[in-house]
Order: sequence, then structure tokens, then C-alpha cells
Amino acid sequence: MYLDNERRPTLTPQLAFRVAVLGGVALLFFAIIFFRLWYLQVLSGDTYRAEANQNRVREIKVQAPRGEIVDRDGATLVDNRTGYAIVARPDKLPEDESARGELYDRLSKALRMRRKVVARRVERQLKALPFSSAIVKQDVSEPIVAWLLERQDQFPGVDVERVFLRKYPHGEVGAHLFGSVGEITESQLDDERYNGVEQGDRIGQSGIESQYDRFLRGRNGAARVEVDALGNLTATLKRDEPVQGRQLRLAVDLDVQETGQRALAGGTGKGAFAVMNVRNGEVLALGSEPSFDANIFTRPFSQKTFNRLSAEEFGKPLYNRAVQGGYPTGSTFKLVTATAALAGGVLTPDEIINDGGSITVGDVTFKNAGDAVHGPIALRQALTVSSDVFFYTLGREMNGTDLLQRWARRLGVGRETGIDLPEELPGFVPSPRWRDREFRKFTRCVDRENPAPDEVLTTCGGIDRPWSVGDNINLSVGQGDLRANPLQMAVAYAAIANGGRVLRPRLGLRIEDASGRALQQLEAPTARRLGIKESDRQAILDGLYGAANEPGGTSTPVFEGFPIPIAGKTGTAEKGAGRADQSWYVALAPYPDPKYVVAVTDEAGGFGADTAAPMARLILAELFGVRGESQLVAGGSAPD
Amino acid sequence: MQASASSPVQGFREGSVVRILRLDPLMLLATLGIIAASIYTISTATQDDVAGSPNYFVYRQLAYAGVGLVLMLLIARFDYSRLREWKLGIYTFLIASILLVYALGFSARGSRRAIELPFFNFQASELGKLLLAVALAAFMVDRMRRLTDRETTSRIVLLGVVPAMLVIAQPDLGSGLVYLAILVSVLFVAGTPWTHFAALGGLAVLAILATLVVAPALGVEVLKPYQQDRLTAFLSPSSDPGAEGYQINQSLTAIGAGGKTGRGDEATQTRLDFLPEHHTDFIFSVVGEEFGFVGAALVLSLFALLIWRALRVLTMSKNFYGALVAGGITAMLMFQVFVNVGMTLGIMPITGIPLPLMSYGGSSVLTTLMAIGVLQSIHAQARELAESKGL
Repeated sequence: MYLDNERRPTLTPQLAFRVAVLGGVALLFFAIIFFRLWYLQVLSGDTYRAEANQNRVREIKVQAPRGEIVDRDGATLVDNRTGYAIVARPDKLPEDESARGELYDRLSKALRMRRKVVARRVERQLKALPFSSAIVKQDVSEPIVAWLLERQDQFPGVDVERVFLRKYPHGEVGAHLFGSVGEITESQLDDERYNGVEQGDRIGQSGIESQYDRFLRGRNGAARVEVDALGNLTATLKRDEPVQGRQLRLAVDLDVQETGQRALAGGTGKGAFAVMNVRNGEVLALGSEPSFDANIFTRPFSQKTFNRLSAEEFGKPLYNRAVQGGYPTGSTFKLVTATAALAGGVLTPDEIINDGGSITVGDVTFKNAGDAVHGPIALRQALTVSSDVFFYTLGREMNGTDLLQRWARRLGVGRETGIDLPEELPGFVPSPRWRDREFRKFTRCVDRENPAPDEVLTTCGGIDRPWSVGDNINLSVGQGDLRANPLQMAVAYAAIANGGRVLRPRLGLRIEDASGRALQQLEAPTARRLGIKESDRQAILDGLYGAANEPGGTSTPVFEGFPIPIAGKTGTAEKGAGRADQSWYVALAPYPDPKYVVAVTDEAGGFGADTAAPMARLILAELFGVRGESQLVAGGSAPD
Repeated sequence: MQASASSPVQGFREGSVVRILRLDPLMLLATLGIIAASIYTISTATQDDVAGSPNYFVYRQLAYAGVGLVLMLLIARFDYSRLREWKLGIYTFLIASILLVYALGFSARGSRRAIELPFFNFQASELGKLLLAVALAAFMVDRMRRLTDRETTSRIVLLGVVPAMLVIAQPDLGSGLVYLAILVSVLFVAGTPWTHFAALGGLAVLAILATLVVAPALGVEVLKPYQQDRLTAFLSPSSDPGAEGYQINQSLTAIGAGGKTGRGDEATQTRLDFLPEHHTDFIFSVVGEEFGFVGAALVLSLFALLIWRALRVLTMSKNFYGALVAGGITAMLMFQVFVNVGMTLGIMPITGIPLPLMSYGGSSVLTTLMAIGVLQSIHAQARELAESKGL
């Protein structure tokens, strides 16, 4: 039996209290658990249910091909081809660090990549999108793909995916326009323009591809599948087919583009040209030489290749001279000077100025090219024979008025034309304010640094003197510090030809479906209107016509026998001692009611009539379907 | 006892087994209810776990429960007070079985917890929970007249801490913590002064600081890194979704996704194996996902009923020893329920403590049912005494 003192049949107050405490603790914990359960299941149930669904549902991306780009007649300029990409599947990759490291080792050897690059690429992509496969290498050749597929046991988690890559059937033709397609960058992911684009997707990174990316970009498809915790597929829930991007039709005419590039290549090999409709700004051709095969960048390329394509000694093929170049334009600028003088009241169309062969300002004498003397002439004749003295005089008179600078910019010289190419650069029109400011900087620098005489220009910049009337005289004939490109000159000439509308050139014409049916016309951008008197305009155009047709006209010999009436201006820009002159030609055709403007420049072509004008003739021949024009006409060598 | 004869409880009470064994019918009801919930949950959760035998875990759990219930009834018939006399043997067996695990231990994921027997892996630390409650209560009763002495408290603490530490070192942190809970509860029910608890609390804080802060700083590894991770992961589960945080996140997602009434067959967290250990430690998450708030509340109510009845048994006990044993067992049940459920709800650390009677596992189910048998025995003895006095 039990000891008496062990018997506690009645509950002591102390034990009762302590049991109550235990009960209270239990009650408290149950209350906490119930509240927590209420919060999780009743209040946040929907959130967690969504999370659970996210857990089991995986989206497998199916890449959509980009839209094609065609020329104005529907000829394919940019196409798609399928390539093989080597990808790493997150669910099948070895979990173990060292096993994964060995896999990267083997893979980098097979793909001829650096191991570090492979590892970094995969880990970074998996971090961003843990369930989508990470691309290790785009566009792998078929033998390597086959080799890898035969050895899948050695490459766990490595798979092959078909990807769409760009193809340029015409190689170098128009290569500068299309730009490149590449994987979206971190900063672009935050950009509103790329809403809906996901990490790893490829978008237009430059050129037309970038400008019209939102149309060209397709909509990726997705397969929604259910997977278990180990990533094994348990069911396919839904499949969204990818939608190819829209087709983009350009204003570009493939034949004109090709002819232009061939013509340029037949010169010194460095230059650019622009062909534009003067009425609506449609760009029929825009080219730069030397060019490059656009297909290079759709394949993995080496830094060496890229360096070569950017190197000065190879003529910087990647550089788009037509919109990025900055050159003095020589006498083609006289159209601007004439417009400024007429509009500013400095000159009337029939006012006679005596061209005595030279003009002296202070102690500097400015002479006509080729030491010509044209005598008393009015504007038409001055343009026809390209009298420098006539325009020197105007430049001198307009010095201090800013008329020349203002009208240059109004006509679109020294500023962005607004073409639908993101890479465009503005160029430059020199002004007194600019030169005086730079000179003040220069003098301050010299005072401060006190450089040795032979180092002055390198340490303190090249502006070693203030603006003088000579600068304006230089500008009046497109020499000196002026920096313009062929497209800007085309815009300026078009404005005179079309009654004063400064057009925004455009390449994009319309958005179409895959069969070429129009979905959306790309609106022609509004043009700026300039108030130029009809008689002034006509006088200038007459002068340009004379220059290509009348005896003594600077390009008359070049257009001998050409069936389409042309108005055009030569230009020969001096580029300093020891460097060949830059050859220019800007043509309007057909005269008297021009439809197209053609602007051509060859960086070292010498006289305008020598190289640029014959190139323009080739382009015009293609434009108007003139037969029998297949090579450069040996042009006259009239100086201008 | 005044309920009408037509009430089902009354009817149940009048049932022969219950009457003859003088069982607490509500406690029995809670026990059977939880076992039923366990079997049903396991059957839905583990259909695809063992290829070819969808009911692998169900049959085994049924067997454990069957054996356990028989043991429970046998123990209920037996006068628990006899256990007091066997205290030295029980305590020695407790320590020996833990040490035996070290010697023969079958290693489950790096921790030695079980001894391989022909039919199942016997986890000594599970049975130890009950043995410790029974033995500690007995040692306490021995010092009946000096319950509030400092020496009594130190002696009992030492007797409790030794097996707790041995188990933690296995390493089985969860069971060790349950031992400590039993120890505290036995002291508490015995009436140990609050000042002693304050001092013990201070020592515990120092010990925790020493293991978590000082020892790592000195380069001594007391807790395995994974144990430390588990203990701290619940504080910020999303910071480490790879390992420990993953389990908590998946558990929260499962329970939350269950909503008010559960997802039934669409319980993807469970069915597609996102929820780890879904038939053992995280079985409550399965209940939450498949049966929703309603189901989880029902299971929790059964546990509340069980704990309430256990506390009532404590107050009824015919002797002090029974009260202490009931206190220890109640603490063992409460602590496991709260820590396990709290873990699945993300408000307690992951410690590897099973949910009594719910979690799949022979050692745990048998031990819990035997413990409930002891409670029933205390109840039966009290009833018998009362009846003999004509109450």
C-alpha cells in the first residue's frame, strides 16, 4: 500500500493555481495558433494559393522570330534563320558544386569558350530566371551540336535549343541601316519601351532594329506545364504559340542602295551617299563605304573582328558616314549661302557682283579655285560656274549678322535631321560665339599651363585665334570648321526644291503582316516650313540647273548625254595640307520639278566633278531606270 | 454526470470497456479522433510516395496505432503507482537505451536516433520521454517533505538534464527539448519556488549564450551548423529559400493555400512533393492544405480536448505521484503540439519534433499512446478510489 503522506486526494490551492497556469499557457498557445491559422488560411489564402500554383506551374519560353525587313518593293533585306543554341537546364544540372564545375570544364572545352565565361553566364541567368534554361552559346555549328548530343551522359543538364537568328541575304548592302539584335541589358529591362520583354530575350540594339523594335519584336510563346518538386513534368496545362514580329517595309530601294554602294566603292572607298524623295522625305538609299557583311554579327565574333571593323586603317567600316560623318561640304554649301543672302536681304537674285578672281580681307587674299576669273556675274551664273569670289563677298557681308549660321541650321545643316536611325550625329556649323568662347578657353589655358610652343595645340585645344571675317568667308563656300553629312545636304537641297519644307528623312514606310498586307502606315513626320520667296528659290534652282547643263557649268561634262534633266552642285572640300580634297555632289532630278535628291561624297575623291558627280550619275541612272550606265563616267575635271 | 441518458457521450461512457476500465471517455475520444485524422491524412498524402504500394505508410501507421491502443488499455488497467518503485530501473533503462543508440545506432541523415529491431527502428529517445516523466516524478516524490529545498530542485534538474544532453548530443535536439519541458513541468507541478525557476531561467539563458555565441567564437561546435540554421531559419525564411527556409516557406504556402475549406485532391504542395516530410514532421501542413482552416481547427480542437483532459486528470490524481506524472506527460504533449504546429506555421523553429499521434512513426505513436495509457491509469485509480469512498 501507499504511504499516507503521499496521498493528496484533495487539490491544494497551490497545485490548483499551478495547473491553472499550465491551462492558461495552453490556452494562450492555442489562441496564438488559431490566430495564425486564421491569418494564413482565411486572410491570406488567395496569396498563398497563387504561390502554390506558381510553385507547380512552369512557363517554358518559346522564342518568337522577329519580323522581317523588306525594301519598298518587298525584296527581303533582313530575314531569319534558325540556329542552334546550347542551353543549360536548371532542373537537370548537377546540384553538387564540384560536379557542376567539372561540367562547366567539359562544356567550355567543347564549345571553345573560357570556363569562367561559361560558369558566369549560366549562374547569372539562372539567378535571374531560375526555371528557364540558360543560354550558354548562341549559334553553335551542327558538328558540335551532334557531338554534344551523342555524349549527353557526360553533359547532364546541357541541351540544344533552336533559336532564331538574323540573316542578311544582301551582305554588305544596307548593313549600316539595320543595326544589331542582342540580348536585353539590365538597364533596358527597366525601360518602359521594353515592357513585356524578359531577361534573355533579344531586342534591336541599334539601327532600324532598335528604332522599330516594338513592331519587329514578336511575342514569345509559352508552354505552361505542371512539375513536381523535383522538376519532373507531370502535365501540360496550356500552350501559347509564339507570334512572329511584324514585317517592316522600308522606303529603301534595294537596287538604288546597291548601286550607290557599288558606285562609292569604285571611288577611293571611303564615302557616303543619300537618296531621298524631296516631297515626302522617304529615303530610297543611304549608304556608307566601306561597308561590312552584316551577317558577321549574327554569329559569335571575336574582339579582333570587331576591332578590325572599327579600325581607322581599314576605313572604320562600322562607322555610318551618311549620318555620323562630319565633313566640310565645299561648294555644295553655296546653296545655303545663297538662301541666307537672299532671305536676309543682302542680295537680290539679279544683283551683279564683280568676280575679279580674288578678294582681299585685311592681309589675306581669298582666290577662286583654279585661279579662274568670272567677271561681273549674278547669282545664277555664280552657281553655275561656282564662283568663289561671289560667295566670299556674300560671306564677308553677312559676317556679324549670324545670317549664314542661322540659315544653315534652318536648312538642316549642322543639326540632326531626325531620321529614324538612333545613331545620327548633328555635325556642326561654326559661329563667332563658339570660336570666341573656345579661344577664351585657349588663352586661359595657355596662361595657366604655359605649355611649350610645340605643345600648345595638344594641351590647350586647337582654337588659337578668335573669330574673324575670314571664318565667315570660309563658311560661305563650305570650308573651314563646318561639319555636315550627305543626309543633311540632301535635306537642305530638298527644302529649296520643294518650296521650303525641311523634311525629316525616314526609312520606315509601313508595318505589315507576314504576307505583306499593310497593318499600319508609318506617318510621315511633319516638316518645318521655311519662308523662302519663290523668285529666290527659282534663281537658286536655275543656277544649279545651269551647273549641270550649261556650257561652263561645273558638272555639265559629267551629265553629257544623260536623258534625265538634272540640277546639281559640285563641291570640293579642302581638308588641310597633305590630305586629298573631299569630293561632293548634290543633285536634284528631274528638273524643273525634282522628285529626288542625291547627295554623294567621297572622302578623298578630289574635285566634285571628278568623283562624286559621276557616282551621282550612276545612282540617278538606277533611280530613273536609265540603261547602259554601268560604270563611272570619266567626269570633267572642272574645279569649283 | 447529469447529462441525459440519450446523450452520445453518456452512451459512450456507459460503454462496457470504458466503464470497466474507468477510462476518461473524452480523452479516449480525442485519442481515437487524432489517430483517425492521422490515418486519413497519411492515406491522402502518401499515395504516390512508395511506388507500387499506395498504402505503405497507412498500413504501418494502422499497425502502430493498433498495438499502441492495446498497450494503452493494458497500462490503463495497471496501477501506475507501482512505477514509482521501479524508478531506478526505469531511469537506468532510459540512460542505457540512449547510450545503446550511440553504440548500435542506426544513422538517419547523420544523426543516430534509432536501434534497428526486426519490425521497426526503435527510437530510444521517443520512449525516453515517457520514461523520464515517470522517473522524475518518482524522484520528486521521494523528497516529499523537502519539495522546496534548493537541493531537491538541483537534484531533479541534474537527473533531467543528463538524459536531455545525451539526446541532444545524438544529435536529436527536438527530443532533448521535450525532456527539458518535462523536467520543468514536473518541478512546476511539485511546487518548486518561483525563485528557483528564475535562477534556472538565468542559467538556461547563460547556457544558450554559451552554445550559440561563446562556443562558436572559441571554435567549439556544440550545435551542428544545420541545427543552428534550423533554429534561426524561421526568423527570416525567405533569406535562405534554399534549405531550411525552403521547408518553412513551402509549409506556409501549403497551409495558406488550403484556405477555408482546403484543396482536397488539388493539394499540389503535398501531392507534388513541394512540402518536405509531409507524413512526418510536416503532417499538420498537409492537414492545412487538404482540409483548410476547418480541418486544421478540428485537429487542433482534438488536441485541445486531449490536453484539457490531461490537465483534469492531473487535478484528479489520487496521489501526488500521479499528479506529477500527469504534469510531465501533459507538458510532453503540449510542448510537442505547440512546437510542431508552430513550426509548420512559421512561428517556431524547426526542431524535428513530431506531432503526437498525427506524425507517421512507430516510436512516437507507441510512446504517446502508452503515455495516454498512464494518464488513463491515473484517471482509473482516482475513479476507483472515489467509488470506494462512495462518491
